Amino acid sequence: MNRQRQPDPPRAPGRAGPARRIAALVRKEMLQVLRDPSSILIAGVLPLLLLFLFGFGVSLDLENVAVCVVVEQPTPEVASFAAAFRQSRFFAAREVRDRRQCEGDLVAGRIKGIIALPAAFAARAEREEDAPIQVLVDGSDPNTAGLVQNYVQSLWSNWLLEEAVSRARATAPPVTLVPRFWFNPAHESAAFLLPGLVAVNMTLIGTLLTALVVAREWERGTMEALMSTPIGIIELLLGKLAPYFLLGMAAMALSVGAAIAFFHVPFRGSFAVLAGVSAVFLLCMLAFGLLISTLARNQFVASQAALIVGFLPAIMLSGFLFEIASMPLPIRILACALPARYFVPSLQTLFLAGDVAAVLVPNALAMAAIAAVLLAAAARVTRLRLD
Amino acid sequence: MWQRIRFLIVKELFAVWRDPRSRMILVVPPVVQLLIFAFAMTQEVTNVRMAVLNQDLGLQSRELVARFAGSPYFAEVRALRGAPEIRTAIDSTDVVLVLQIDQDFSRDLASGRPTEVQLILDGRRSNAAQIVEGYATGIVAQFNRDLVAARGLPHPPSVLVARAWFNPNLTARWSTVPGLIGALTMLLGMVVTALSVARERELGTFEQLLVSPLESIEILIGKAVPAFLIGTGEVSLILAIAVFVLKVPFVGSLALLYAGMAVFLAAVIGVGLFISSLAATQQQAILGAFTFYAPAILLSGFVTPVENMPQWLQLLTLVDPMRYFTAISRGLFLKNMPAVEVGQNLWPMALIALATLSSAAWLFGRRLP
Repeated sequence: MNRQRQPDPPRAPGRAGPARRIAALVRKEMLQVLRDPSSILIAGVLPLLLLFLFGFGVSLDLENVAVCVVVEQPTPEVASFAAAFRQSRFFAAREVRDRRQCEGDLVAGRIKGIIALPAAFAARAEREEDAPIQVLVDGSDPNTAGLVQNYVQSLWSNWLLEEAVSRARATAPPVTLVPRFWFNPAHESAAFLLPGLVAVNMTLIGTLLTALVVAREWERGTMEALMSTPIGIIELLLGKLAPYFLLGMAAMALSVGAAIAFFHVPFRGSFAVLAGVSAVFLLCMLAFGLLISTLARNQFVASQAALIVGFLPAIMLSGFLFEIASMPLPIRILACALPARYFVPSLQTLFLAGDVAAVLVPNALAMAAIAAVLLAAAARVTRLRLD
Repeated sequence: MWQRIRFLIVKELFAVWRDPRSRMILVVPPVVQLLIFAFAMTQEVTNVRMAVLNQDLGLQSRELVARFAGSPYFAEVRALRGAPEIRTAIDSTDVVLVLQIDQDFSRDLASGRPTEVQLILDGRRSNAAQIVEGYATGIVAQFNRDLVAARGLPHPPSVLVARAWFNPNLTARWSTVPGLIGALTMLLGMVVTALSVARERELGTFEQLLVSPLESIEILIGKAVPAFLIGTGEVSLILAIAVFVLKVPFVGSLALLYAGMAVFLAAVIGVGLFISSLAATQQQAILGAFTFYAPAILLSGFVTPVENMPQWLQLLTLVDPMRYFTAISRGLFLKNMPAVEVGQNLWPMALIALATLSSAAWLFGRRLP
């Protein structure tokens, strides 16, 4: 505070002017952030809330899925396969004698599948089609249904293999598939979700917070007041964005730190690269927030737009939860314009694989290009609004 | 009294409808979101890029590779020339999986020895990788069956036949769209109510409302009813698009769905008004709305099944109105859920609505100057 009051040493006004004006604006924004605790909450509490929800709540790994195994006649072979379900950690299996005992549970959603074992499979080995093992799943949850089908299939293959080994019979599958998951051998959900969530958190701060703050200035008319000061358009944008840039980077550090410390997600890249890539992404988000707020000019529309055009696509279309390659072509094209779709793979690579230039460089360049376009658009729209 | 409330309701509806931007934000985004997310939210993994390192010169390995190439899931099968290329291909995310066949593959099969093939998957995308592993297992299993049949060896004692009820082709859209109806309704209902009072406070028009002859409870009703009307209109629009444009089958009772929706909206509006009376600025209201919205979506079973969550979180889902609405919506769309089952999801939601609305009314009365 005191420094500000001191008389300025003589300086060339052209060079010192902008720097001082920007510094003053940054200070004003900082004070505003510090005075309204909700800004700090958006930057600090929401990322942690999301991190814990995703870390604990969103698990794509199935464990103890309730299924029902129907054993009509417990011959030794059938019983041995039924036992495989009891030992599997994927299933919490209940055994019944008649399928009708559990069909109602499948309709009500209390169980996710019914595995009906035919009376005696050994006796009919030659006509296998007559005595198939039926796997009924609940299609109203297609993801779980598909996974249950896969798990039953692999349980069956394993059982066949063990049987063949123990009896030295020739039914051993001739070819065994040995899968190896690189980077995340235990395929833990947290290790794959939490890096992507950093992108979601930074979107939240960059877009939502900036959009709200700038829209408020428009709504209250203080933006026009700011513009009547000698500040230039570029200086104004820099001064507005700098504090939220710092806040966004702080939220990134918080999210990454929590992911590593609480959820033990490995981090194999370097923090310098992480900071660089995050900075480019954050620039995109800040410019986007600025653009939204200048177009919307009121907080209701700005916040809705930030959530709908910024936040939700960052979750749905970034490859964070759903594979982009599986989406229809128009949506894949749409996703190309989305900064988060370049940031999420960069984060996953930095966390789990390391500094892989082949992934990081093209993604960073794509984000830089988007940032340049958005910043130019934001500057242009702001200027147009004022003239 | 009723006339005063009616005037306030009409005024609120006008306030939302008059501004072209907020009018647009109520209609266009939910529809666009429904159309985009209905197709984007799929756990199915298709167009997978894969690579093969085939060090075997025999016929059998080429046959196995051809089966991968012919599968509808794999868009592109690249041939690698040496083991070091595996790392490059996976690291750069060019491919999700690499099939590695050793040089003895065909010889082993010819002499009847069991043999192995390696599958290397990109664990960074562990969800997709697990699903792709399932596809690969299926292809190899079929390959094995054909080999065994060709040799006339004893068959495995049985085969697996999988069937899905309610959704025979496991179309992801059929389950995401009923869930999306709840998510979009909640977003709209919450934001409209959470921001309405906060905006009036911020702009100073709330004082004008207070000096009018309206009682605080009347103001509350005047804020809740327009949100309810807007929400109902929204649901009807989304429902029509879901059934007629996205062709999701609706086999249950429409009346039960609307009953569920009404209770759900009441609960959501209660939360929105509660936040509204706490917040001094719109920014705080948004923060509050979001702090409720994000967990409510994630814990509802819409994104991942409730059963996958740890026990203590499952307890928390019991107070999430969206959890019950998702169950009702999916049940009525696909399963023709009986009224008794709907009722079991309806009464907890009604309790939540009662709690949120009455605490909003209490707080609203207290926060008035």
